[in-house]
Amino acid sequence: MKNMLTPAGILTAADLSAQSIPNPDTGNWFLSPGIIGTLILAAVVALVAVLIVSMRFIGYMDTLKKREQARQKAAFSDELPGLSGPEIDALLQKRRQRLSGDELGGSGAAADERGIVLKVTHDPNNPLVDEKKKAVLSIETPEELKKIVVWYLAAAVFWLVFGTLVGQYLGMKFVWPGIDSVPWLSFGRLRPVHTNTVFWGWASMAMIGLGYFVIARTSNAVIYSYKLARRAWRLINLSILAGNILLMSGINNGGGEYREYIWPVALLFALGLVFTFLNFYRTVARRNISEIYISNWYMLGALIWTLVLVFIGYLPGYQDGLGETVVQGYYMHQGVGMWFMTFTLGLVYYYLPSSLNKPIYSYSLGVLAFWTQMLFYTLIGTHHFVFSPLPWWLQTVAIVFSAGMFIPVVAGTTNFLMTMRGSWSDISKSYVLPFFLVGVVFYFVGSTQGSLQAFRFTNFVWHFTDFNVAHSHMTMYGIISFLLWACVYAILPRVMGREPRQLFVGIHFWLAFVGLFAYMISLMAGGTLRGLSWIGGEAFIESVRLMQPYWVWRAIGGTLMFLSHLVFAYNFYVMTRKEKELPQPVPTSASVQTATI
Amino acid sequence: MFNFHKDHRSLAFAAFIVFAGLSMLIAVLPAYQMQKTSPLPGMKEMTEAQKKGLSVYVSENCMACHTQQVRNIEMDNVWGERPSVASDYYYTKMRPDIWRQSPSLLGSERTGPDLSNVGRRQPGREWHLLHLYNPRIVVQGSVMPAYPWLFTEKDPSQLGPDDIVVPVPEKYLKHKDRKVVATQEVMDLVAYLQALKQVDLPGTEGPGFIPSSRVKEPSGEKGAAALPDGEALYMQTCAACHQADGKGVPGAFPPLAGSPVVNDENYETFIRIILLGYDARAEYGVMPGFAGQLADEEIAAIVNHERSSWGNKAAPISPEDVKRIRDYAMQLNP
Repeated sequence: MKNMLTPAGILTAADLSAQSIPNPDTGNWFLSPGIIGTLILAAVVALVAVLIVSMRFIGYMDTLKKREQARQKAAFSDELPGLSGPEIDALLQKRRQRLSGDELGGSGAAADERGIVLKVTHDPNNPLVDEKKKAVLSIETPEELKKIVVWYLAAAVFWLVFGTLVGQYLGMKFVWPGIDSVPWLSFGRLRPVHTNTVFWGWASMAMIGLGYFVIARTSNAVIYSYKLARRAWRLINLSILAGNILLMSGINNGGGEYREYIWPVALLFALGLVFTFLNFYRTVARRNISEIYISNWYMLGALIWTLVLVFIGYLPGYQDGLGETVVQGYYMHQGVGMWFMTFTLGLVYYYLPSSLNKPIYSYSLGVLAFWTQMLFYTLIGTHHFVFSPLPWWLQTVAIVFSAGMFIPVVAGTTNFLMTMRGSWSDISKSYVLPFFLVGVVFYFVGSTQGSLQAFRFTNFVWHFTDFNVAHSHMTMYGIISFLLWACVYAILPRVMGREPRQLFVGIHFWLAFVGLFAYMISLMAGGTLRGLSWIGGEAFIESVRLMQPYWVWRAIGGTLMFLSHLVFAYNFYVMTRKEKELPQPVPTSASVQTATI
Repeated sequence: MFNFHKDHRSLAFAAFIVFAGLSMLIAVLPAYQMQKTSPLPGMKEMTEAQKKGLSVYVSENCMACHTQQVRNIEMDNVWGERPSVASDYYYTKMRPDIWRQSPSLLGSERTGPDLSNVGRRQPGREWHLLHLYNPRIVVQGSVMPAYPWLFTEKDPSQLGPDDIVVPVPEKYLKHKDRKVVATQEVMDLVAYLQALKQVDLPGTEGPGFIPSSRVKEPSGEKGAAALPDGEALYMQTCAACHQADGKGVPGAFPPLAGSPVVNDENYETFIRIILLGYDARAEYGVMPGFAGQLADEEIAAIVNHERSSWGNKAAPISPEDVKRIRDYAMQLNP
């Protein structure tokens, strides 16, 4: 920690001040604050998993208890004919004090005026977990907007399945490096296909699609131009398709992470973003309420910042030599922080309160997080190059502001958790909220862990190891993907009027969650051991051999994650498929009552 | 003045201006300054072949697993004699053409070894060719992909005089009756890899490594045991070719297990080969000399490890023996 106090003067890499900081003693590596912090954070995630499981378990026990009560009642009514007159009178007297006794009996139709029995079912569709609430509110949405949202999400789902299939295959290559010898499928070429597809294909398309709904809804206005939205859809998809084909045929921009697409391809994407920004901005400009809702701050901010970022990332003139490395650190971190994180936070500010049916806890905290996100996140890119030949002052600034990231992260997490407070019992009754909860917890855990990872000591142990890969999955998957799924499940049933099968949403959730946990714990453990092996001066190949079991576990976790995406794709299909022209089923009394609550 | 809550124009404008300003300060300006380097004295311009090799390196995205930066911490000392400096990248990190950017050579993952100094560490052409054809031939346990598409297979009758035949062991051949021939592409790539050498910094001391605070315990109690760990040194320096089990790679690198040179009572030839290299046997690749890379103590430790492992049983030697042979050899080959 004290390393961070080094004054951030303008020093060159060669400056000897660097050498006043000795390597810490790695004998007690597990006592370093960065590592202790990470262990605690991992424990937080495990705790949340345990909490969700125990809630489910309590729900199940509840069901068992209720069944037992029903059985006792049945036994009682069998017993009744054998009772004597006074005994029956006494029982009746007891009952009269509560209810009149003929609510559900007699020859007339059953009446439940006090609303005691909401829904009676003798056939729960899943005996293991609580039955989830249905999305009862249906939101009237213009047909055009519906189409835009569904089209964007459909592309996102396609790229998710494709991108993670590639990722899954790459994970297997660590275990079977000789699995193929096709140039198009070799590791170096395929790795950026995985990262770029899930970044620009899955997450970006899903974010923009979900964003269109938010921007129209919170501005109480019609989207400025549906045509522009369709055009952007085509451009972005085209750029991912073309970019991937080029990458697989060995044409890339120079290998800088997340800017592997050459500039003509990136230009297509940038144009798509320009159109999207224009559309969002104009829609906000024609809003029918005076205030700009906080979600729109985040989404507009994300679009503006990302456009700046794409241009800085691709323009020439300052990117020869180590100039490229400075920009690379800036670009790859801002890509994550200013685009995915900022936009997704904007979505959460709308979808979380709306699925809890209450306002966000604190609007001001949201505003604070917005500005601090911009100030702090922008400055921390060089923490990917600690101890590199980049200027020492840049590295120090990056580390200091990485620690500063606690502020927006804590502000955001507090805001979301306080919004959820008092609604904990809803979690076991909703198929949307568990996704939100996991996403928010990972937002805190993943971001804080990232800050700790920027410290100089943790860089000794973790930098260059698979720990980085664990971190990026913890954030891009644990935060972004989980929150996006939450938003998709929150909105599609309401807009399309079709529910996914609850059991399948559950399978999606648990496969993704358990898979991610296996993935990240194995790589974190393996990465730590690998770093220690390097510090200990062992032969490099030893550190490759020691990773083998961890890479196997990573592949297993990755497989679970991929399977969960297939289930998600199926759920998406169920939610959006065209209704067949069939006569509507006659509503039963139970469903009518549910709908009127 | 600015009501961000109600005025979308000033909100968007403020977000743009502040972010763009910060980006200039933290990225564009430092990047612009970092460009202004000049090559180190003694650095050679890249040849055409090396440039093409770099292009293959980028095209196969080797940067996904290999870094090219020796950090200024002691644990990175194994990858280079000194920490990397900006000038090291003067020739390699230039924009190659209008379509592609300056290659991102520094990397962020070290799934495979750092390559800043690989030209010094692995100088042999045969080793590189075998390793690229299938890394498992020379490095057991490697997870690097094989690059068979950088080679062609030819019928022995069609071999031309300029064809470079790669001595791939039979077990790794797809067609046993054919020979594996290196393409121009792979020769360029190897030329690039062989040229990756750290240049000595001029003048006095350049930036040093931040020293490790790990207390280095003197190993062993007796004088003879005070040598460095021979097995570890062997694994780092020799095992790439001669293999961890000392059996070498048939057709490429000779075995040390049971070798008469290694086990000879008169160790002079053996140590001379280590110091000066060896290229007298057509059936094996060229061995580079390690006189500049290894100290007498280290050579003695390696020799003793080799003379007492894999069934070898020869008498140990001392650093003084190495020094004597080194002095003599250096007189003959200054």
